[in-house]
Amino acid sequence: MSAQPKLKKVFDRPQCLKDVPYHYCPGCHHGVIHRLLAEQIDNFGLRGKTLGAASVGCSVLIYDYFDVDIVEAPHGRAAAVATGLKRARPDSFVFTYQGDGDLAAIGTAEIVHAANRGENITVVFVNNAVFGMTGGQMAPTTLEGQVTTTSPYGRSAAEAGLPIRVTEMLSTLEGTAYAARVAVDNIKNLKKAKAALKRAVTYQQKGWGFSFVEFLSSCPTNWKMTPEEANARVGKEMADYFPLGVYKDVRAN
Amino acid sequence: MARRVMIKGNEAIAMGAIEAGCRYYFGYPITPQNDIPEYMSAAMPKVGGAFVQAESEVAAINMLLGAAATGARVMTSSSSPGISLKQEGISYLAGSQIPGVIVNMSRSGPGLGGIHPSQGDYFQATRGGGHGDYRTLVLAPSTAQENYDLTMDAFDLADKYRNPVMVLGDALIGQIKEPVELKPYRKKPKPKDWALTGAEGREARLLKSLFLADGELTVHNWMLAKKYKRMQKEVRYEFYRAEDAKMMLVAFGSVGRILKTSVDILRDKGKKVGLLRPITLYPFPDKAIQEAAAKSKLLAVMELNTGQMVEDVKLAAECACPVEFYGRPPGSIPTPDELAKEAMKIWRKGGLK
Amino acid sequence: MSKVEVVSERCKGCGLCVLACPKKNLSLGDEYNAQGYAYVKFSSDGKCTGCSFCAELCPDMALRVYKQEKK
Ligand SMILES: Cc1ncc(C[n+]2csc(CCOP(=O)(O)OP(=O)(O)O)c2C)c(N)n1
Ligand code: SF4
Ligand code: SF4
Ligand code: SF4
Ligand SMILES: [Mg+2]
Repeated sequence: MSAQPKLKKVFDRPQCLKDVPYHYCPGCHHGVIHRLLAEQIDNFGLRGKTLGAASVGCSVLIYDYFDVDIVEAPHGRAAAVATGLKRARPDSFVFTYQGDGDLAAIGTAEIVHAANRGENITVVFVNNAVFGMTGGQMAPTTLEGQVTTTSPYGRSAAEAGLPIRVTEMLSTLEGTAYAARVAVDNIKNLKKAKAALKRAVTYQQKGWGFSFVEFLSSCPTNWKMTPEEANARVGKEMADYFPLGVYKDVRAN
Repeated sequence: MARRVMIKGNEAIAMGAIEAGCRYYFGYPITPQNDIPEYMSAAMPKVGGAFVQAESEVAAINMLLGAAATGARVMTSSSSPGISLKQEGISYLAGSQIPGVIVNMSRSGPGLGGIHPSQGDYFQATRGGGHGDYRTLVLAPSTAQENYDLTMDAFDLADKYRNPVMVLGDALIGQIKEPVELKPYRKKPKPKDWALTGAEGREARLLKSLFLADGELTVHNWMLAKKYKRMQKEVRYEFYRAEDAKMMLVAFGSVGRILKTSVDILRDKGKKVGLLRPITLYPFPDKAIQEAAAKSKLLAVMELNTGQMVEDVKLAAECACPVEFYGRPPGSIPTPDELAKEAMKIWRKGGLK
Repeated sequence: MSKVEVVSERCKGCGLCVLACPKKNLSLGDEYNAQGYAYVKFSSDGKCTGCSFCAELCPDMALRVYKQEKK
């Protein structure tokens, strides 16, 4: 053994994420998803021109973590708020970060119409199949049979319908330019998630229109599972009903 | 020399807004204010701004919130049911201290009601309207000229206090066609050191209304309360033939306008009747009411509703003189003669000679 | 030798990095941090490749990875 081998730091936190602990529960995917978005903001050098619309859900405190300009939208309205941000400052990078209650329940109209107008914004949609923040009630994305605090006998298709597949739905709109569903439950999926986010940001940077990335995400706390079990559920039950993949990429060659 | 034009009240609002630097407009159609979005849809692209026909009033107010967060001057307009839908957004604007101008060319309610002029939204406008302990500045024009002037002022006030400002009119104020002097806007708006413009070379900025840490929200609410107190100095009103009035009529907006003619009719008959017309409904002209109560024998409040502003007049008059009320639910526009007759009923009932 | 540093105060003991490591270099320990979580321990016996899978999947950015540079 001769000289000490040279070590190079190959993984560190993105610069536009503040060095503070998250308030998220152990194993919650919100943390990874934040980081992936922050990496792209760094990657494209966008920190100085980013405007974020925070939503109401577990991720409402996103502004405690991202070192970029942020406005808090009322529950469900982030896509409308982002429309205003982008129209007033077309050269900014504008994103929303919304949960499934926020985007697919109370904010359905806003997301559908922002997509349909082809707003040149990037939407990060975190689908954890529950209302996390308010204590685990049923969401429009809750799986059939899934027990939540407001579907104590399991979600019934007869009474509550079946879960909404938002990425598929938005992909039918002409205004949606890019739409993908990804997960961060294993390294393979995480790499695809990175690529999807990168593509989404590219879309906005090039002015190619509305870009949308849905993350299947875990909520160990409200699913009443260990982080490992919840992580596994994302890849199995969730991905079974919500297939991963790129649904729309209008500029793909 | 300012240009004089014959325009509708609604157009005067749109033109005043653009003159004051409004470059973004978001709205959803509803009668009787459609001239405003129609005008803005044509004008915004020409002045380098943007017009978006939103999917709802809820979306429109939140688009306003986003655009205004960047420091731009932004307006939305609607009429009563649509204004109800905007209330959550207005509350967020107040809580996050984001300025914006909201026009309510109110119609009659409750519910779908009708499109007649009405003053049924007085409570909603002056009490905050949405959830939480907040206030919006409320301006009540009564002519097309005032629509133009007050809309310009609304933008200045919104910026000055970082607060939503409402312009409250009704079908009459919006539809009436009158000559308007298009005064140029000469002020130079101050830079906004809170606006979201991207954090290049500076610390990131945040606009929010959520305060979770112990005691934070109390501090925030006290700060807002102090601001609302400072706003009191923006109070505006008009006295009309009030000098020696034994009976002072009190009315705002369309009724205030009609009553000027009623006062003339009554004065011609030798009755000493005057008019006090609040122009700001929040802040409410308490002192002017007190002044009127001190020098006349009777205050007579008239509204196109069954009694809303009269409560504020009574509070302000503090029993210094009797406060009578004539209210009229929506359905038709009262004529000056009709209101003069109603005024005379109150006059006689009050034993005035 | 590549290595991983655990920022023990940030670790929430979720175990997702344990699942992620192809070399089984990480395991949940029995020492608790100030947040009350039993944080993860790294011990590699030279097997760590510096692939960063663990850190990429850590929700709380509690891992720093140092890779041995090729000569
Ligand atoms: C108008 C309104 N209705 C209801 C709520 C309460 N609320 C807060 S967050 C939330 C749901 C959040 O769920 P989701 O968007 O899925 O985010 P998660 O917490 O799961 O990440 C609800 C219903 C609110 N804040 N505002
Ligand atoms: S409740 Fe669920 S979504 Fe919210 S932080 Fe905890 S695990 Fe994450
Ligand atoms: S860097 Fe790779 S090999 Fe090393 S501990 Fe992490 S996952 Fe295991
Ligand atoms: S993934 Fe992160 S938080 Fe979870 S146990 Fe590993 S180091 Fe700790
Ligand atoms: Mg959710």
